[in-house]
Amino acid sequence: MRDVAIIGVGMTKWGELWEKSLRTIFTETALLALEDAGVDKFDSLFVGCMSSGLFVGQEHLASLLADDLGRIPVPAARVESACASGGLALRQGFIEVASGASDVVLVGGVEKMTDVTGCEATYALGTAADQEYEGYHGLTFPGLYAMMAVAHMHHYGTTREQLAMVAVKNHDNGSKNPLAQFPFKVTVDGVLNSVLVADPLRILDCSPITDGAAAVVLCPAEMARKMKKPAIRITGSGQATDTIALSSRRDLAWLESTHLAAGKALAMAKRKIEDIHLFEVHDCFTIAEIMVTEALGLVKKGQGGKAVEDGLTARGGRFPVNPSGGLKAKGHPVGATGVAQAVEVVKQLRGEAGDRQIKGAKRGLTQNMGGTGGSSVVHVFEAD
Amino acid sequence: MPTPSRYWREIPQRYRLEAGKCKGCGFVAFPPRVVCPKCGAREFEPTKLAEAGKLVTYTVIRVPPGPFEDQAPYAVGIADLDDGVRLTAQVVDCDFDRLAVGMRVRLEFRKLSEEGHAGVIYYGYKFVPE
Amino acid sequence: MAGIIGYGADIPRNRIRVEEIAKVWGADAPSYKKGLMLEEKSVPSPDQDTITMSVESSKRALKRAGIDPREIGAVYVGSESHPYAVKPSGTVLAEAIGATPAVHTADLEFACKAGTEGMFIALNLVRSGAVKYALAVGADTSQGAPGDALEYSAAAGAAAFLFGKERLVADVLETYSYTTDMPDFWRREYMYYPRHGGRFTGEPAYFAHVTGSARGIMAKAGLKPADFKYVIFHQPNGKFPFRVGEMLGFTKPQIEPGWLVNKLGNTYSGSSPLGLTATLDIAKAGDLVLLVSYGSGAGSDSFVIRVTDRIDEVRDLAPRTRTLLDTNKVYLEYGAYAKYRRKIRKAE
Repeated sequence: MRDVAIIGVGMTKWGELWEKSLRTIFTETALLALEDAGVDKFDSLFVGCMSSGLFVGQEHLASLLADDLGRIPVPAARVESACASGGLALRQGFIEVASGASDVVLVGGVEKMTDVTGCEATYALGTAADQEYEGYHGLTFPGLYAMMAVAHMHHYGTTREQLAMVAVKNHDNGSKNPLAQFPFKVTVDGVLNSVLVADPLRILDCSPITDGAAAVVLCPAEMARKMKKPAIRITGSGQATDTIALSSRRDLAWLESTHLAAGKALAMAKRKIEDIHLFEVHDCFTIAEIMVTEALGLVKKGQGGKAVEDGLTARGGRFPVNPSGGLKAKGHPVGATGVAQAVEVVKQLRGEAGDRQIKGAKRGLTQNMGGTGGSSVVHVFEAD
Repeated sequence: MPTPSRYWREIPQRYRLEAGKCKGCGFVAFPPRVVCPKCGAREFEPTKLAEAGKLVTYTVIRVPPGPFEDQAPYAVGIADLDDGVRLTAQVVDCDFDRLAVGMRVRLEFRKLSEEGHAGVIYYGYKFVPE
Repeated sequence: MAGIIGYGADIPRNRIRVEEIAKVWGADAPSYKKGLMLEEKSVPSPDQDTITMSVESSKRALKRAGIDPREIGAVYVGSESHPYAVKPSGTVLAEAIGATPAVHTADLEFACKAGTEGMFIALNLVRSGAVKYALAVGADTSQGAPGDALEYSAAAGAAAFLFGKERLVADVLETYSYTTDMPDFWRREYMYYPRHGGRFTGEPAYFAHVTGSARGIMAKAGLKPADFKYVIFHQPNGKFPFRVGEMLGFTKPQIEPGWLVNKLGNTYSGSSPLGLTATLDIAKAGDLVLLVSYGSGAGSDSFVIRVTDRIDEVRDLAPRTRTLLDTNKVYLEYGAYAKYRRKIRKAE
């Protein structure tokens, strides 16, 4: 397997982009990544997108986007794993370069979520759950994560305030991200008084509905060196699945797929979790970030709430989590998220993260997750 | 919500809680499966779920998906049934502040939703306080 | 020798008081309460309907009967509020209790006596030997037009009876039906609420048919009012059962155990059947019970029933009727009631 480098990243401002269609959002973002990479041609395209079918009635997406980018007949594939679609697309691109099957691969992620009503979007997102045994009973994603939160709070004493602190931290980070959907700060009181979505989760515990895309360009590390590009490599990739239904899991307050995927990615990278300087994780809901920090091994099981309260995961803490603002403040155009996490890590490792910069960052980790943890994809990135 | 054939196919589960017990290791699969997730065996014998248990978690959904728009807010929960199987369902006939981990519940036959005024009516099970 | 081998009731827990309805329409609550002898009525939750209540009451009847549901040969649901106009309630019920596929099913309608219709048919199928066991349910979630007198009483509930030849809980000794054509209360297809002839629904309709049926069965069976321990009449309001009882020569103590309407409202096809389940809950071996239903259109079914000693073994195998009626209640305001009963016009 060859070493794989990321030589270009691209991301545009995320939000409710009324004037832009899915294809426009993707194409503009992809072109930015290609420009940043300094390449014009690529051998293969992977696109992460959860449900262009339900959101805009469009399937056959990869071909459409290859066409829109003016790059047919390049081979292209859409990758889907609910909210882990972007991370999984990145993994497919990584494997294709690592295996030698392709040299330059463009990996993008995109979601256009505002062409349907809020209820329709809630329904579309709900298709990541078990349709016949969760969706049939009226479950939603906030509802499923709320049940995980209740279990976590019951077993470990995690508090409502600790959940709120995740949102406060991520908004503080996001306020320094010009591309974020919500670049403003929030307070614990503000979170605790925001409207209930699924008890105990409130609107400010939940990532938003967002339009947006992100893209990266991969190539063999050898080629990157010849092009005299900053050598940022993907050194580890890991993926795992878990039961689709939350009720099929014995431990409702633990993300086993994240734990396994991280183990595999770190093993491939020959690193321990303590070696990593920053983490971009899947905070679809505040409780998710708390559980992810435990599953990654940053803290012991059940200690995730205390960790955020103690500042362990703040920008200046021992394990900075979500310096980009996370899904909470940056936004969550579902298929794009996993790729945007990589964009942030690359910028950080290049020293280009502006006010969000984690000093001396040389190694980063991304964790992207689908559904209630039915799939997790973890990547490790290193700067030479 | 499901198409008529998707709804009809799950009737033995939705109306009668029919499950499959693995002949290899005794694991009870609900709904029934082809492959046992515990031991990989492919033979099951028919069984039915217990009709009562206790909640292991719950929430109140206040922002519903489209088909449940008129019902919000409604409570949902996951319960460990008395036979060890874990099940997800709405919790009804219960004040929200009574919901608690460990609360005893039993299953009752109720209407889940419907495909508008002219479509199919979807029935199934819900939890009520025991 | 055929009769009831199991019985069960289902009553929703929501209630609305007469005062709450009267307040909205500017009516005089005390005079309605006095005139109808009614205090409150049951209201189905949005997830309850004739089918769900049929299933729950039938499961309770099965608990008391202790039989294998696959041996049920016929299932009938009588209601004037079947959830579908075309597609039977009976098939959902038969699937839910596990009686399918070797079972005959039909949905019945005869205003408030569709429940006893089913009982008549089920009993006779068993008597004739055509089936081993038969199930009959009377269930309704009827609508009263907003502001109309019937809004105070139109309620929701279900009663289920399993019939067989052995291990009887109550033997059905005699049946009699009295039927004429009469437009006292009706609902045209595609109309949401029923209409009625006001005072015309009293003497020539309810009273004429109930007395005709009761006198007919007593003559046929050679019995008089004093022979019965209990009598149950259809209960459209609190007053009619006592008045018709008096006309026929029955006493208040005979009527009271099966008289639920003051706290339940009129459960239409479930009305006299629920009166019967409540009576069976407290009856003793040997008690003779008369059941007289009434359905507008019009007709009345009568049954002479003798309770056996098996009643003591089965009565507490499922919740008693008055437990469902008197406990675990939730009182609604008119707004919630109107929302639950879909009386509010929403966007298409």
